[in-house]
Amino acid sequence: MTNLDSKIPKGPLSDKWTNHKSHINLVSPANKRLIDVIVVGTGLAGASAAATLAELGYNVKAFCFQDSPRRAHSIAAQGGINAAKNYQGDGDSTYRLFYDTIKGGDYRSREANVHRLAEVSTNIIDQCVAQGVPFARDYGGLLDNRSFGGVLVSRTFYAKGQTGQQLLLGAYSAMNRQIGRGKIKIYNRHEMMDLVLVDGKARGIIARNLVTGQIERHGAHAVVVASGGYGNIFFLSTNAMGSNVSAGWKIHQKGAHFANPCFTQIHPTCIPVSGDHQSKLTLMSESLRNDGRIWVPKNMEDVQGIREGKLKPTDLKEEDRDYYLERRYPAFGNLVPRDVASRAAKERCDAGFGVNKTGEAVYLDFVAAITRYGKEQAHVKGLDEDDTVLVKKLGQEVVRSKYGNLFQMYEKIVDQNPYEMPMMIYPAVHYTMGGVWVDYNLMTSIPGCYAIGEANFSDHGANRLGASALMQGLADGYFVLPYTIGDYLSNDIRTGPISTDAPEFDAAEKTVKDKIHLFLTNKGKNSVDHYHKKLGKIMWDKCGMSRNAKGLKEAMAEIKALREDFYKNVNVPGTDSEFNEQLAKAGRVSDFLELGELFAKDALERLESCGGHFREESQTPEGEAMRDDQNFTFVSAWEYKGEPADAVLHKEELNYEEIEVKTRSYK
Amino acid sequence: MNLNLKIWRQANTTAQGKMETYPIENVSPDMSFLEMMDVLNEQLINKGIDPVAFDHDCREGICGMCSMYINGEAHGPDRLVTTCQLHMRKFKDGETITIEPFRANAFPVVKDLAVDRSAFDRIQHAGGFVSVNTSGNTQDANAIPINKHDADNAFDAATCIGCGACVASCKNASAMLFVSAKVSQYALLPQGKVEAADRVLNMVKQMDEEGFGNCTNTGACEVECPKGISLENIARMNREYLAASAKG
Amino acid sequence: MSGLIKSSLARKYAMALSGLFLIVFLLQHFTINFISVFSEEVFNQVSHFMGNNPAVQFLLQPILIFGVLFHFTMGFVLEYQNRNSRSQNYAENKGFANSSWMSRNMIWSGAVVLSFLGLHFYDFWFPEMNYKYIEVLPEDPNRYFEEMVHKFVSPFRVGFYAVSFVFLMLHLLHGFSSSFQSVGLNNKYTKGLKSFTIAFSILIPVGFIYIAFFHHLNA
Repeated sequence: MTNLDSKIPKGPLSDKWTNHKSHINLVSPANKRLIDVIVVGTGLAGASAAATLAELGYNVKAFCFQDSPRRAHSIAAQGGINAAKNYQGDGDSTYRLFYDTIKGGDYRSREANVHRLAEVSTNIIDQCVAQGVPFARDYGGLLDNRSFGGVLVSRTFYAKGQTGQQLLLGAYSAMNRQIGRGKIKIYNRHEMMDLVLVDGKARGIIARNLVTGQIERHGAHAVVVASGGYGNIFFLSTNAMGSNVSAGWKIHQKGAHFANPCFTQIHPTCIPVSGDHQSKLTLMSESLRNDGRIWVPKNMEDVQGIREGKLKPTDLKEEDRDYYLERRYPAFGNLVPRDVASRAAKERCDAGFGVNKTGEAVYLDFVAAITRYGKEQAHVKGLDEDDTVLVKKLGQEVVRSKYGNLFQMYEKIVDQNPYEMPMMIYPAVHYTMGGVWVDYNLMTSIPGCYAIGEANFSDHGANRLGASALMQGLADGYFVLPYTIGDYLSNDIRTGPISTDAPEFDAAEKTVKDKIHLFLTNKGKNSVDHYHKKLGKIMWDKCGMSRNAKGLKEAMAEIKALREDFYKNVNVPGTDSEFNEQLAKAGRVSDFLELGELFAKDALERLESCGGHFREESQTPEGEAMRDDQNFTFVSAWEYKGEPADAVLHKEELNYEEIEVKTRSYK
Repeated sequence: MNLNLKIWRQANTTAQGKMETYPIENVSPDMSFLEMMDVLNEQLINKGIDPVAFDHDCREGICGMCSMYINGEAHGPDRLVTTCQLHMRKFKDGETITIEPFRANAFPVVKDLAVDRSAFDRIQHAGGFVSVNTSGNTQDANAIPINKHDADNAFDAATCIGCGACVASCKNASAMLFVSAKVSQYALLPQGKVEAADRVLNMVKQMDEEGFGNCTNTGACEVECPKGISLENIARMNREYLAASAKG
Repeated sequence: MSGLIKSSLARKYAMALSGLFLIVFLLQHFTINFISVFSEEVFNQVSHFMGNNPAVQFLLQPILIFGVLFHFTMGFVLEYQNRNSRSQNYAENKGFANSSWMSRNMIWSGAVVLSFLGLHFYDFWFPEMNYKYIEVLPEDPNRYFEEMVHKFVSPFRVGFYAVSFVFLMLHLLHGFSSSFQSVGLNNKYTKGLKSFTIAFSILIPVGFIYIAFFHHLNA
């Protein structure tokens, strides 16, 4: 085990980024024209990086597997984006955003990175507004804010429940401008199949045209991986169907360390699973917890009654309901961080109080908010505040204007009217804090290979706060990577174009083709989805919201066995020279089958509970997570050695200069 | 539920396509339409038949990747939803469902039900942006107050997901609703006004070059749009274009 | 400006404006025809004026003919282009679920109106032109009413006349309000405007039909 050099600049925390930017090497505008950069993925991080790099003068090639860059899954982010603007004058500051993020991440993130993130957060909002992103505004014409879990200020900027969409379309528009100028060449429906190293440096990729099946070589002076998170390893998650780890895993296989794979965020408010046919889970924005109250019945008879359909939740009297978050965490109530809320829901459901037929759902109830808003409106309009029918109607209108699209989505999926009946929700896999290890410059352990956005192990430690993913993706892409990459590329101004005729490209292409050939000639008996579902079940049961040594060891063995079975018995129909979704999926699932084992190994190794990682062996007598700062204040960065079980651990010790490490409490 | 699916099969862009019929059993009313398609594909794979290709990704109605013309309507019979949010409870047991790709010459079929909508991207390349550098050296976000009404209208236009249902539903395969939504979003905001004239001229020019038909105001696009983008945007674009042309 | 001539939006404005122009003409034509119900004398006077005033004959009439020719030629061109933008049709298409019959069949309602115009020219305009400019017959300021009533004797002609105006009604029901949308008018007045166009689109053709039946029955 070696210690990793994260290349954090010297000096006081708040000056690090400014000083670093002033001292790193730059590439002159004339030389930028001679340098090519590949960006894989066009979500918030990838699109913003591609646009900014092209604007600076580099030649960019951008790749996405979707039919347009605008479809990347950042588009689905609902709630908002944080920024320390302090427009509400409620005591927010760069330091407070920095502090909240470190604390929210349960003291497992790199201080210098998080501070930088907080510093550039305000730029993001300025930038997006200048691009024409239509954020919500108040009647005075200024930007509006809402509040999110785990913090005590309102610093979240939003565009109804579609903030991710609006931000991504903003970044996409910046890309479009550069595509129009010819500075970005866009490769839609292309998948990165492998990374090519020449003399130990990242010099290109092998990509597959998903329409024609053609294998293509693309050379560049640097490769940026912005391919998102790996939550789909659980099969059921809020990720898009195509979201995958493959780009990240390929660079891991070529030498990039993979950090904290077990840090997964399980989001508390998702629509529960309805049956075996389910292909994905749908998130209900965390912003709903501003107004919704979470509860289960107090008495088991009521639970039985509800499950059998004899009772409706609205029949239960106030004193028969257990608002367990308000009971356990009076200070933050329903707005505790995601990991805490998710575990609390699981605790109640495990105790038998789940309210749907599978016993895995709790209520998110808006009656109190509807009544409160309704009375307010009645008062404003000078109407009768005691007229319950009127109050309900007025209150529902207010709720509709705030969350209309989410309520509509719920009704379409569940076929129940959430204005009348409380929503049923349950935690689901949503985001992965873990990812490719990067240094302060966002460079992976491979020279010239960068990872940004959710794809890297990021700034969120062991748990991400709501509305911070969008912030990090855009910070990396617009304001961090475009500068730090210059430091590396300044050595490449005399390199000239990268030839794709090098033997390294031949070798990489052969590996890719061999694997495709293997899938297509295997003619096994099980579909790709069969394996993906099985993997997901192992992951959810043994590496989900609560983990223990026995389960993790079993998971490792089971995933290894499943992987072996996959290569023997998978059936991939069709050919390699057509639009073949099954073939693309087979490649992605094969990488998940390796990552899964490393995931379990990482979780097994980390014998503490922190953030989204809850080890049953490490909890307080009240069942709260118990960190072990003595032994685990480090980032686990795994080096690839073939079999995931053989991966070698490197530690990056985390040093906190500014912040006093404390036990996280939301009580 | 048991259903009969009549599905358009086409091997690639140049191949001749035809409708094929597949029966499917034990469909749960709680399934989404795409989950039903997953079940069908699983069955086809097990029978050694090439699975049906269709575009999909987020499955929560926002990425705009799913398409399909179901029983004669873009995204099927339900309103304000994409195909991924259309649920089988909207259909009857024993029903025959016709499933076709979005059809327009500007959207060539890639395979089966998947079509190539890159024409939309090219229209955006022509002007779907504000020419501001991403350097972060812009003025403070609150420096220009924006009337809430305009901001809300700009947002409503900006919620377009670029799925192409407007083109698919239009009897003329016109892309006016899509283009006008983008033009409107920027035309309503002070940030976008600076280059509004060039934008609308360039985007319309590109739209015409892509081979979309002419708008005849049937209003089908607005009805079938999963995001309820309003026809007012088309009127706004017509105004903007007229003003821009007059300017020269 | 050159872009304006070639672009799809320019064609849209052209259709809308030529259509609006024809609607104005239609209203004027209706007003004069309607006079025939009340007063043979006034009708003859107005008709004489319209038929012999040089400004009407040599300025407005050519503009009108150009407007008519332009509107239907452009209509056919657009229809051709629009059909070509989707070579492979849907096996099943529920147009009725999202749009009105009128809006989807402007080409057919327009074609019927055009065929009616053919008859109308054959009935009135060609004889007029012949009377005035080819044979140069002596002016008779009182011939118009008689000539008109004569045309409404045949029940078949009156039937065709009525059917044509029903199609004109269908054409107007979409076209009139649509032309405002085309030139960019869609605001808080749209709802009111739409009601007005619907009323106009129904009343004017019904009026024409009434006139036809009136003369048929009183002849």
